[in-house]
Amino acid sequence: MLMTDRERLAGEIQALAEKHGKGRTALIPMVQEIKRKYQKIDSFAMQVIADQLGIHPVEVYSVVSFYAFLGSEAHGKYIIRLCRTISCDMQGKEGVMRQLENDLGITFGKTTVDGKFSLEWANCMGMCDQGPAMLVNEKLYTRVTPEKIHEILEECRRSFGVHATEQKEVHLV
Amino acid sequence: MSPLPTFSTMAPEAGLKKALSLSRPDIIEEVKNSGLKGRGGAGFPTGMKWNFAAAARAEEKFIICNADEGEPGTFKDRVILQEHADLVFEGMTIAGKAVGATQGILFLRGEYTYLRPHLEAVLAKRREQKFLGKQILGSDLEFDIRIFMGAGAYICGEETALIEALEGFRGEPRNRPPFPVNTGFLGRPSVVNNVETLASAACILQKGADWWKAMGTEKSSGFKIFSISGDCQKPGVYEFPMGITVAQLLKEVAGEGAKAVQVGGASGQCIPASQFERTIAFEDIPTGGSIIVFGQQRDMLDVLHNFLDFFVDESCGQCTPCRRGNVKLLEGVELLKEGQCSMAYLKELCALGETMQIASKCGLGQSSPSAFLSVVHNFRAEIMGRTPSHV
Repeated sequence: MLMTDRERLAGEIQALAEKHGKGRTALIPMVQEIKRKYQKIDSFAMQVIADQLGIHPVEVYSVVSFYAFLGSEAHGKYIIRLCRTISCDMQGKEGVMRQLENDLGITFGKTTVDGKFSLEWANCMGMCDQGPAMLVNEKLYTRVTPEKIHEILEECRRSFGVHATEQKEVHLV
Repeated sequence: MSPLPTFSTMAPEAGLKKALSLSRPDIIEEVKNSGLKGRGGAGFPTGMKWNFAAAARAEEKFIICNADEGEPGTFKDRVILQEHADLVFEGMTIAGKAVGATQGILFLRGEYTYLRPHLEAVLAKRREQKFLGKQILGSDLEFDIRIFMGAGAYICGEETALIEALEGFRGEPRNRPPFPVNTGFLGRPSVVNNVETLASAACILQKGADWWKAMGTEKSSGFKIFSISGDCQKPGVYEFPMGITVAQLLKEVAGEGAKAVQVGGASGQCIPASQFERTIAFEDIPTGGSIIVFGQQRDMLDVLHNFLDFFVDESCGQCTPCRRGNVKLLEGVELLKEGQCSMAYLKELCALGETMQIASKCGLGQSSPSAFLSVVHNFRAEIMGRTPSHV
Protein backbone atom coordinates (compact mmCIF):
# COMPACT_ATOMS: atom_id res chain seq x y z
CA MET A 1 0.00 0.00 0.00
CA LEU A 2 1.23 3.45 -0.83
CA MET A 3 1.70 5.78 2.05
CA THR A 4 1.80 9.52 1.54
CA ASP A 5 4.41 11.69 3.24
CA ARG A 6 1.70 13.25 5.34
CA GLU A 7 0.44 9.92 6.61
CA ARG A 8 3.93 8.85 7.45
CA LEU A 9 4.65 12.10 9.32
CA ALA A 10 1.35 11.82 11.19
CA GLY A 11 2.27 8.27 12.18
CA GLU A 12 5.66 9.36 13.42
CA ILE A 13 4.18 12.17 15.47
CA GLN A 14 1.72 9.76 17.02
CA ALA A 15 4.57 7.43 17.95
CA LEU A 16 6.49 10.34 19.47
CA ALA A 17 3.47 11.33 21.52
CA GLU A 18 3.27 7.77 22.88
CA LYS A 19 6.99 7.80 23.64
CA HIS A 20 7.04 11.12 25.49
CA GLY A 21 3.66 10.77 27.20
CA LYS A 22 0.72 12.63 25.81
CA GLY A 23 0.96 15.66 28.06
CA ARG A 24 2.01 19.20 27.36
CA THR A 25 5.49 18.42 28.75
CA ALA A 26 6.03 16.30 25.63
CA LEU A 27 5.72 19.29 23.31
CA ILE A 28 9.31 20.54 23.16
CA PRO A 29 10.96 17.09 22.95
CA MET A 30 8.54 16.14 20.13
CA VAL A 31 9.21 19.31 18.17
CA GLN A 32 12.97 18.81 18.64
CA GLU A 33 12.84 15.30 17.17
CA ILE A 34 10.68 16.27 14.19
CA LYS A 35 12.85 19.29 13.47
CA ARG A 36 16.02 17.23 13.59
CA LYS A 37 14.65 14.70 11.12
CA TYR A 38 12.82 16.98 8.67
CA GLN A 39 14.61 20.33 9.16
CA LYS A 40 11.25 22.06 9.51
CA ILE A 41 7.96 22.06 11.37
CA ASP A 42 5.24 22.93 8.89
CA SER A 43 1.64 23.83 9.68
CA PHE A 44 0.52 20.26 9.05
CA ALA A 45 3.02 18.92 11.59
CA MET A 46 1.93 21.53 14.11
CA GLN A 47 -1.72 20.57 13.59
CA VAL A 48 -0.99 16.87 14.18
CA ILE A 49 1.11 17.60 17.26
CA ALA A 50 -1.71 19.77 18.61
CA ASP A 51 -4.26 17.00 18.00
CA GLN A 52 -2.05 14.47 19.77
CA LEU A 53 -1.55 16.67 22.82
CA GLY A 54 -5.10 18.00 22.90
CA ILE A 55 -4.12 21.64 22.54
CA HIS A 56 -4.79 24.35 19.95
CA PRO A 57 -2.29 24.51 17.05
CA VAL A 58 -1.56 28.14 17.87
CA GLU A 59 -0.16 26.93 21.19
CA VAL A 60 2.30 24.79 19.27
CA TYR A 61 3.17 27.72 17.01
CA SER A 62 3.72 30.04 19.97
CA VAL A 63 6.29 27.64 21.42
CA VAL A 64 7.94 26.79 18.10
CA SER A 65 8.39 30.48 17.26
CA PHE A 66 9.80 31.36 20.69
CA TYR A 67 12.94 29.23 20.73
CA ALA A 68 16.01 29.91 18.59
CA PHE A 69 16.61 26.20 17.90
CA LEU A 70 13.03 25.47 16.86
CA GLY A 71 11.27 27.83 14.41
CA SER A 72 8.77 26.75 11.79
CA GLU A 73 10.73 27.76 8.68
CA ALA A 74 12.72 25.18 6.74
CA HIS A 75 16.50 25.19 7.08
CA GLY A 76 19.30 23.31 5.41
CA LYS A 77 20.60 19.83 6.14
CA TYR A 78 23.44 21.52 8.00
CA ILE A 79 22.82 24.59 10.14
CA ILE A 80 26.00 26.50 10.75
CA ARG A 81 25.71 28.63 13.87
CA LEU A 82 28.48 31.12 14.44
CA CYS A 83 28.80 32.65 17.89
CA ARG A 84 28.56 36.43 17.76
CA THR A 85 28.89 37.26 21.45
CA ILE A 86 31.65 39.39 22.89
CA SER A 87 34.59 37.00 23.36
CA CYS A 88 34.17 35.35 19.96
CA ASP A 89 33.62 38.80 18.48
CA MET A 90 36.94 40.00 19.92
CA GLN A 91 38.68 36.87 18.61
CA GLY A 92 37.71 37.53 15.00
CA LYS A 93 34.25 36.15 14.25
CA GLU A 94 33.87 38.85 11.54
CA GLY A 95 36.43 37.24 9.24
CA VAL A 96 34.87 33.81 9.74
CA MET A 97 31.47 35.27 8.91
CA ARG A 98 32.76 36.79 5.65
CA GLN A 99 34.38 33.56 4.55
CA LEU A 100 31.24 31.52 5.29
CA GLU A 101 29.17 33.97 3.27
CA ASN A 102 31.67 33.95 0.40
CA ASP A 103 32.03 30.17 0.25
CA LEU A 104 28.30 29.48 0.43
CA GLY A 105 27.07 32.48 -1.55
CA ILE A 106 24.40 33.36 0.99
CA THR A 107 24.13 35.84 3.84
CA PHE A 108 23.41 35.01 7.48
CA GLY A 109 19.79 34.04 8.08
CA LYS A 110 19.54 32.35 4.65
CA THR A 111 19.65 28.81 3.26
CA THR A 112 21.45 27.73 0.07
CA VAL A 113 19.12 26.98 -2.87
CA ASP A 114 20.09 23.30 -2.81
CA GLY A 115 18.79 23.14 0.76
CA LYS A 116 22.11 21.93 2.14
CA PHE A 117 23.39 24.75 4.32
CA SER A 118 21.88 27.48 6.48
CA LEU A 119 23.83 30.25 8.16
CA GLU A 120 22.64 31.48 11.53
CA TRP A 121 23.98 33.56 14.37
CA ALA A 122 24.16 32.09 17.83
CA ASN A 123 24.42 33.95 21.10
CA CYS A 124 27.15 32.92 23.53
CA MET A 125 27.66 29.17 23.16
CA GLY A 126 30.03 28.80 26.10
CA MET A 127 33.32 28.42 24.22
CA CYS A 128 34.60 31.92 25.05
CA ASP A 129 38.15 30.75 25.84
CA GLN A 130 38.49 29.01 22.47
CA GLY A 131 36.78 31.38 20.07
CA PRO A 132 35.65 32.01 17.46
CA ALA A 133 33.30 29.07 18.03
CA MET A 134 30.87 27.53 15.61
CA LEU A 135 28.32 24.70 15.73
CA VAL A 136 27.58 22.66 12.60
CA ASN A 137 24.37 20.93 13.63
CA GLU A 138 25.54 19.43 16.93
CA LYS A 139 29.24 19.30 16.14
CA LEU A 140 31.43 21.92 17.73
CA TYR A 141 34.34 23.74 16.08
CA THR A 142 36.61 26.03 18.07
CA ARG A 143 39.35 28.52 17.15
CA VAL A 144 37.85 28.73 13.68
CA THR A 145 39.75 30.83 11.16
CA PRO A 146 38.63 31.91 7.68
CA GLU A 147 41.02 29.47 5.99
CA LYS A 148 39.56 26.52 7.89
CA ILE A 149 36.05 27.16 6.55
CA HIS A 150 36.56 25.38 3.23
CA GLU A 151 37.58 22.10 4.85
CA ILE A 152 34.70 22.23 7.32
CA LEU A 153 32.21 22.70 4.48
CA GLU A 154 33.85 19.89 2.47
CA GLU A 155 33.52 17.60 5.48
CA CYS A 156 29.77 18.24 5.38
CA ARG A 157 29.55 17.86 1.60
CA ARG A 158 31.22 14.46 1.73
CA SER A 159 28.20 13.17 3.64
CA PHE A 160 25.99 13.96 0.63
CA GLY A 161 27.64 11.28 -1.50
CA VAL A 162 30.05 11.10 -4.41
CA HIS A 163 28.25 13.43 -6.82
CA ALA A 164 28.70 16.41 -4.54
CA THR A 165 32.47 16.11 -4.34
CA GLU A 166 33.38 14.70 -7.73
CA GLN A 167 34.37 18.14 -8.94
CA LYS A 168 38.14 18.13 -9.05
CA GLU A 169 39.74 20.17 -6.32
CA VAL A 170 42.03 22.93 -7.46
CA HIS A 171 44.77 23.33 -4.90
CA LEU A 172 46.28 26.57 -3.83
CA VAL A 173 50.04 26.65 -3.88
CA MET B 1 42.32 21.71 29.87
CA SER B 2 43.48 21.16 33.41
CA PRO B 3 41.06 19.44 35.78
CA LEU B 4 39.62 21.58 38.55
CA PRO B 5 41.86 21.09 41.60
CA THR B 6 39.33 20.89 44.40
CA PHE B 7 36.65 18.96 42.54
CA SER B 8 39.33 16.47 41.41
CA THR B 9 40.43 15.69 44.97
CA MET B 10 36.96 14.62 46.11
CA ALA B 11 36.58 10.95 47.02
CA PRO B 12 33.91 9.46 44.77
CA GLU B 13 30.46 9.33 46.38
CA ALA B 14 31.75 10.11 49.88
CA GLY B 15 29.28 13.00 50.12
CA LEU B 16 26.39 10.76 49.13
CA LYS B 17 27.40 8.08 51.64
CA LYS B 18 27.61 10.71 54.36
CA ALA B 19 24.20 12.07 53.40
CA LEU B 20 22.68 8.60 53.58
CA SER B 21 23.85 8.33 57.19
CA LEU B 22 22.31 11.69 58.13
CA SER B 23 18.72 12.72 58.71
CA ARG B 24 17.12 15.13 56.26
CA PRO B 25 17.26 18.16 58.60
CA ASP B 26 20.92 17.41 59.36
CA ILE B 27 21.85 17.50 55.67
CA ILE B 28 20.12 20.85 55.27
CA GLU B 29 21.76 22.13 58.45
CA GLU B 30 25.20 21.22 57.11
CA VAL B 31 24.59 23.07 53.84
CA LYS B 32 23.11 26.03 55.70
CA ASN B 33 26.10 26.20 58.05
CA SER B 34 28.51 26.23 55.14
CA GLY B 35 26.98 29.48 53.90
CA LEU B 36 26.93 28.14 50.32
CA LYS B 37 25.23 30.60 48.00
CA GLY B 38 23.85 29.92 44.51
CA ARG B 39 26.67 29.73 41.99
CA GLY B 40 24.58 30.75 38.98
CA GLY B 41 24.96 34.40 39.86
CA ALA B 42 21.97 35.32 41.99
CA GLY B 43 23.60 34.05 45.18
CA PHE B 44 20.55 32.79 47.08
CA PRO B 45 21.55 30.69 50.11
CA THR B 46 21.31 27.06 49.04
CA GLY B 47 20.49 25.60 52.45
CA MET B 48 17.56 27.96 52.80
CA LYS B 49 16.24 26.99 49.38
CA TRP B 50 16.44 23.29 50.27
CA ASN B 51 14.76 23.96 53.56
CA PHE B 52 11.78 25.72 51.95
CA ALA B 53 11.29 22.83 49.55
CA ALA B 54 11.71 20.27 52.32
CA ALA B 55 9.06 22.03 54.39
CA ALA B 56 6.56 22.14 51.53
CA ARG B 57 4.02 19.33 51.60
CA ALA B 58 3.34 17.59 48.32
CA GLU B 59 3.00 14.14 46.74
CA GLU B 60 6.04 14.68 44.57
CA LYS B 61 8.93 17.12 44.46
CA PHE B 62 11.63 17.82 41.92
CA ILE B 63 15.34 18.61 41.94
CA ILE B 64 16.20 20.56 38.81
CA CYS B 65 19.77 21.19 37.79
CA ASN B 66 20.06 24.38 35.79
CA ALA B 67 22.61 23.72 33.03
CA ASP B 68 21.25 26.45 30.77
CA GLU B 69 24.51 28.32 31.03
CA GLY B 70 23.97 31.25 28.68
CA GLU B 71 25.51 34.32 30.27
CA PRO B 72 28.08 35.74 27.85
CA GLY B 73 31.55 34.74 28.97
CA THR B 74 30.41 31.79 31.11
CA PHE B 75 31.55 28.27 30.30
CA LYS B 76 32.45 26.72 33.67
CA ASP B 77 29.32 24.56 33.84
CA ARG B 78 30.29 22.98 30.52
CA VAL B 79 33.69 22.01 31.96
CA ILE B 80 32.15 20.77 35.22
CA LEU B 81 29.72 18.59 33.26
CA GLN B 82 32.51 17.27 31.05
CA GLU B 83 34.90 16.45 33.87
CA HIS B 84 32.90 16.14 37.08
CA ALA B 85 29.42 15.00 36.01
CA ASP B 86 29.39 12.40 38.80
CA LEU B 87 29.83 15.11 41.40
CA VAL B 88 26.88 17.08 39.97
CA PHE B 89 24.61 14.02 39.96
CA GLU B 90 25.79 13.14 43.46
CA GLY B 91 24.79 16.65 44.57
CA MET B 92 21.37 16.22 42.97
CA THR B 93 20.87 12.91 44.75
CA ILE B 94 21.85 14.47 48.09
CA ALA B 95 19.40 17.31 47.42
CA GLY B 96 16.78 14.68 46.59
CA LYS B 97 17.21 13.07 49.98
CA ALA B 98 17.30 16.40 51.83
CA VAL B 99 14.13 17.70 50.19
CA GLY B 100 12.26 14.42 49.84
CA ALA B 101 12.23 14.36 46.05
CA THR B 102 12.48 11.22 43.94
CA GLN B 103 12.93 12.83 40.53
CA GLY B 104 15.73 14.96 39.18
CA ILE B 105 15.88 16.77 35.87
CA LEU B 106 19.03 18.11 34.24
CA PHE B 107 18.03 21.03 32.04
CA LEU B 108 20.84 21.09 29.47
CA ARG B 109 21.05 23.98 27.04
CA GLY B 110 20.57 23.11 23.36
CA GLU B 111 24.03 24.45 22.51
CA TYR B 112 25.53 21.67 24.65
CA THR B 113 23.75 18.82 22.85
CA TYR B 114 27.16 17.28 22.16
CA LEU B 115 27.59 16.66 25.92
CA ARG B 116 24.46 14.55 26.12
CA PRO B 117 25.87 11.12 25.12
CA HIS B 118 28.56 11.46 27.80
CA LEU B 119 26.05 12.50 30.46
CA GLU B 120 23.62 9.71 29.56
CA ALA B 121 26.51 7.24 29.87
CA VAL B 122 27.39 8.61 33.32
CA LEU B 123 23.76 8.29 34.41
CA ALA B 124 23.54 4.72 33.11
CA LYS B 125 26.69 3.79 35.00
CA ARG B 126 25.35 5.36 38.18
CA ARG B 127 22.17 3.29 37.87
CA GLU B 128 24.28 0.16 37.51
CA GLN B 129 26.35 1.07 40.56
CA LYS B 130 23.20 1.69 42.58
CA PHE B 131 23.91 5.41 43.00
CA LEU B 132 20.59 6.07 41.29
CA GLY B 133 17.30 4.23 41.16
CA LYS B 134 15.46 2.42 43.92
CA GLN B 135 17.25 1.57 47.18
CA ILE B 136 20.34 3.62 46.54
CA LEU B 137 23.36 1.85 48.09
CA GLY B 138 21.00 -0.45 49.93
CA SER B 139 19.17 2.36 51.73
CA ASP B 140 15.49 3.19 51.28
CA LEU B 141 16.36 6.28 49.22
CA GLU B 142 14.85 6.43 45.73
CA PHE B 143 16.03 8.97 43.16
CA ASP B 144 16.56 9.11 39.42
CA ILE B 145 17.65 11.77 36.94
CA ARG B 146 16.61 12.48 33.37
CA ILE B 147 17.92 15.00 30.87
CA PHE B 148 15.77 17.65 29.21
CA MET B 149 17.24 19.53 26.27
CA GLY B 150 16.75 23.28 26.07
CA ALA B 151 15.88 24.80 22.73
CA GLY B 152 18.02 27.91 22.56
CA ALA B 153 16.83 30.67 24.88
CA TYR B 154 19.03 32.63 27.31
CA ILE B 155 15.97 33.52 29.36
CA CYS B 156 15.51 29.86 30.36
CA GLY B 157 18.41 30.31 32.76
CA GLU B 158 15.85 32.18 34.88
CA GLU B 159 14.33 29.48 37.08
CA THR B 160 10.66 30.14 36.39
CA ALA B 161 11.26 30.48 32.63
CA LEU B 162 13.14 27.18 32.80
CA ILE B 163 10.14 25.56 34.45
CA GLU B 164 7.84 27.00 31.78
CA ALA B 165 10.04 25.37 29.12
CA LEU B 166 9.98 22.03 30.99
CA GLU B 167 6.20 22.23 31.03
CA GLY B 168 6.09 22.83 27.29
CA PHE B 169 5.46 26.57 27.20
CA ARG B 170 7.29 29.65 25.95
CA GLY B 171 10.15 30.48 28.28
CA GLU B 172 8.52 33.51 29.82
CA PRO B 173 9.32 34.12 33.50
CA ARG B 174 6.51 33.89 36.02
CA ASN B 175 5.71 36.29 38.80
CA ARG B 176 7.47 35.40 42.05
CA PRO B 177 6.05 34.62 44.58
CA PRO B 178 4.98 31.91 44.48
CA PHE B 179 8.53 30.62 44.32
CA PRO B 180 9.44 27.30 42.68
CA VAL B 181 10.28 25.83 46.10
CA ASN B 182 6.52 25.87 46.72
CA THR B 183 4.96 25.96 43.26
CA GLY B 184 7.45 24.79 40.67
CA PHE B 185 7.44 22.18 37.92
CA LEU B 186 3.84 20.96 37.40
CA GLY B 187 2.87 23.02 40.43
CA ARG B 188 5.02 20.85 42.71
CA PRO B 189 7.77 22.06 45.05
CA SER B 190 10.98 22.22 43.01
CA VAL B 191 14.55 23.11 43.84
CA VAL B 192 16.33 24.77 40.91
CA ASN B 193 20.10 24.85 41.49
CA ASN B 194 23.03 25.70 39.27
CA VAL B 195 25.43 22.92 38.17
CA GLU B 196 28.28 24.25 40.28
CA THR B 197 26.05 24.75 43.34
CA LEU B 198 25.10 21.06 43.33
CA ALA B 199 28.69 19.91 42.84
CA SER B 200 29.77 22.22 45.68
CA ALA B 201 27.03 20.84 47.94
CA ALA B 202 28.38 17.32 47.35
CA CYS B 203 31.86 18.56 48.39
CA ILE B 204 30.43 20.19 51.52
CA LEU B 205 28.70 16.98 52.59
CA GLN B 206 31.97 15.12 52.20
CA LYS B 207 34.34 17.59 53.83
CA GLY B 208 32.01 19.41 56.19
CA ALA B 209 30.74 22.95 56.49
CA ASP B 210 33.80 24.13 58.42
CA TRP B 211 36.15 23.12 55.61
CA TRP B 212 34.05 25.20 53.20
CA LYS B 213 33.78 28.18 55.53
CA ALA B 214 37.55 28.29 55.99
CA MET B 215 37.79 29.48 52.37
CA GLY B 216 36.56 32.74 50.93
CA THR B 217 35.19 35.66 52.93
CA GLU B 218 32.74 35.83 55.80
CA LYS B 219 29.75 36.62 53.59
CA SER B 220 30.93 34.65 50.56
CA SER B 221 32.28 31.35 51.75
CA GLY B 222 34.10 28.72 49.77
CA PHE B 223 35.77 28.63 46.41
CA LYS B 224 34.25 29.46 43.06
CA ILE B 225 34.82 28.36 39.49
CA PHE B 226 35.54 31.23 37.11
CA SER B 227 35.30 31.35 33.33
CA ILE B 228 37.90 33.80 32.07
CA SER B 229 38.10 34.97 28.48
CA GLY B 230 39.01 38.01 26.43
CA ASP B 231 42.32 39.84 26.21
CA CYS B 232 44.58 37.71 28.40
CA GLN B 233 47.33 35.17 27.73
CA LYS B 234 45.76 32.28 29.61
CA PRO B 235 41.98 32.20 29.19
CA GLY B 236 40.13 29.20 30.63
CA VAL B 237 38.40 27.82 33.69
CA TYR B 238 39.94 28.65 37.08
CA GLU B 239 39.19 27.86 40.68
CA PHE B 240 39.74 30.65 43.22
CA PRO B 241 38.50 31.36 46.72
CA MET B 242 35.80 34.02 46.88
CA GLY B 243 37.14 37.45 47.77
CA ILE B 244 39.98 37.46 45.25
CA THR B 245 40.71 40.92 43.85
CA VAL B 246 40.36 41.72 40.17
CA ALA B 247 44.08 42.55 40.05
CA GLN B 248 45.11 39.15 41.50
CA LEU B 249 42.88 37.42 39.04
CA LEU B 250 44.35 39.32 36.09
CA LYS B 251 47.83 38.34 37.25
CA GLU B 252 46.88 34.65 37.26
CA VAL B 253 45.62 34.77 33.68
CA ALA B 254 48.39 37.09 32.42
CA GLY B 255 45.99 39.87 31.59
CA GLU B 256 47.75 42.73 33.36
CA GLY B 257 47.48 46.10 31.72
CA ALA B 258 43.81 45.59 30.93
CA LYS B 259 41.64 48.63 30.35
CA ALA B 260 38.56 47.14 31.99
CA VAL B 261 37.13 43.85 33.20
CA GLN B 262 33.53 42.79 32.77
CA VAL B 263 32.54 40.84 35.87
CA GLY B 264 29.30 38.84 35.76
CA GLY B 265 28.88 38.68 32.01
CA ALA B 266 26.77 40.99 29.86
CA SER B 267 24.41 41.53 32.76
CA GLY B 268 27.27 42.30 35.17
CA GLN B 269 29.39 45.36 35.79
CA CYS B 270 32.23 46.87 33.81
CA ILE B 271 35.12 47.54 36.20
CA PRO B 272 37.70 50.14 35.09
CA ALA B 273 41.42 49.77 35.86
CA SER B 274 41.16 52.25 38.75
CA GLN B 275 38.97 49.78 40.66
CA PHE B 276 40.99 46.60 40.12
CA GLU B 277 41.62 46.34 43.86
CA ARG B 278 37.96 45.54 44.45
CA THR B 279 37.08 41.98 45.38
CA ILE B 280 34.92 39.41 43.68
CA ALA B 281 32.38 38.35 46.28
CA PHE B 282 28.67 38.75 46.88
CA GLU B 283 29.32 41.78 49.12
CA ASP B 284 31.40 43.63 46.50
CA ILE B 285 31.25 42.54 42.85
CA PRO B 286 28.99 39.50 42.48
CA THR B 287 29.36 37.08 39.59
CA GLY B 288 28.16 33.75 38.32
CA GLY B 289 31.76 33.24 37.23
CA SER B 290 32.04 35.19 34.00
CA ILE B 291 35.14 37.38 33.67
CA ILE B 292 35.85 39.09 30.36
CA VAL B 293 39.09 41.05 30.03
CA PHE B 294 39.23 44.09 27.76
CA GLY B 295 42.64 45.25 26.55
CA GLN B 296 43.61 48.87 25.94
CA GLN B 297 42.70 48.62 22.25
CA ARG B 298 39.01 47.87 22.89
CA ASP B 299 36.33 50.44 22.21
CA MET B 300 33.85 50.35 25.11
CA LEU B 301 31.03 51.37 22.80
CA ASP B 302 31.68 48.32 20.60
CA VAL B 303 31.47 46.20 23.75
CA LEU B 304 28.17 47.80 24.77
CA HIS B 305 26.85 47.43 21.24
CA ASN B 306 27.57 43.71 21.37
CA PHE B 307 25.93 43.30 24.81
CA LEU B 308 22.80 45.23 23.86
CA ASP B 309 22.42 43.31 20.57
CA PHE B 310 22.44 40.24 22.77
CA PHE B 311 19.75 41.52 25.15
CA VAL B 312 17.51 42.82 22.35
CA ASP B 313 17.70 39.35 20.83
CA GLU B 314 17.20 37.44 24.07
CA SER B 315 14.54 39.53 25.82
CA CYS B 316 11.44 37.34 25.98
CA GLY B 317 9.27 40.35 25.14
CA GLN B 318 6.84 39.81 27.96
CA CYS B 319 7.29 43.08 29.86
CA THR B 320 7.67 46.53 28.32
CA PRO B 321 10.68 47.93 30.24
CA CYS B 322 12.86 45.10 28.98
CA ARG B 323 11.36 44.66 25.52
CA ARG B 324 11.55 48.35 24.58
CA GLY B 325 14.21 49.54 27.00
CA ASN B 326 16.99 47.41 25.56
CA VAL B 327 16.14 48.62 22.05
CA LYS B 328 16.30 52.26 23.18
CA LEU B 329 19.65 51.68 24.90
CA LEU B 330 20.99 50.01 21.76
CA GLU B 331 19.87 52.97 19.65
CA GLY B 332 21.53 55.23 22.21
CA VAL B 333 24.85 53.39 21.76
CA GLU B 334 24.52 53.82 17.99
CA LEU B 335 23.96 57.56 18.49
CA LEU B 336 27.02 57.74 20.74
CA LYS B 337 29.07 55.95 18.10
CA GLU B 338 27.93 58.48 15.54
CA GLY B 339 28.80 61.30 17.92
CA GLN B 340 25.19 62.49 17.91
CA CYS B 341 24.09 62.04 21.50
CA SER B 342 23.48 65.13 23.64
CA MET B 343 24.24 65.08 27.35
CA ALA B 344 20.54 65.64 28.03
CA TYR B 345 19.63 62.53 26.03
CA LEU B 346 22.39 60.48 27.63
CA LYS B 347 20.94 61.39 31.03
CA GLU B 348 17.51 60.30 29.84
CA LEU B 349 18.96 56.99 28.72
CA CYS B 350 20.55 56.51 32.15
CA ALA B 351 17.20 57.28 33.78
CA LEU B 352 15.61 54.71 31.48
CA GLY B 353 18.24 52.18 32.54
CA GLU B 354 17.45 52.81 36.19
CA THR B 355 13.74 52.41 35.46
CA MET B 356 14.41 49.08 33.78
CA GLN B 357 16.32 47.93 36.87
CA ILE B 358 13.30 48.43 39.09
CA ALA B 359 10.38 47.88 36.69
CA SER B 360 11.39 44.78 34.72
CA LYS B 361 9.71 41.54 35.63
CA CYS B 362 12.76 39.32 35.89
CA GLY B 363 16.51 39.41 36.27
CA LEU B 364 17.16 39.84 32.55
CA GLY B 365 15.65 43.32 32.27
CA GLN B 366 16.72 44.23 35.79
CA SER B 367 20.37 43.60 35.02
CA SER B 368 20.71 44.30 31.29
CA PRO B 369 21.23 48.08 31.82
CA SER B 370 24.13 47.50 34.29
CA ALA B 371 26.83 47.40 31.64
CA PHE B 372 25.46 50.52 29.93
CA LEU B 373 25.28 52.44 33.19
CA SER B 374 28.75 51.40 34.34
CA VAL B 375 30.36 52.30 31.01
CA VAL B 376 28.65 55.70 30.97
CA HIS B 377 29.79 56.23 34.54
CA ASN B 378 33.38 55.07 34.16
CA PHE B 379 34.28 55.87 30.56
CA ARG B 380 32.45 59.13 29.89
CA ALA B 381 35.48 60.84 28.36
CA GLU B 382 35.83 58.04 25.85
CA ILE B 383 32.24 57.84 24.67
CA MET B 384 31.26 61.52 24.28
CA GLY B 385 31.86 63.73 21.26
CA ARG B 386 32.88 60.99 18.84
CA THR B 387 33.68 61.59 15.20
CA PRO B 388 31.71 59.07 13.13
CA SER B 389 33.97 56.30 11.84
CA HIS B 390 32.84 56.65 8.20
CA VAL B 391 33.72 60.38 7.88
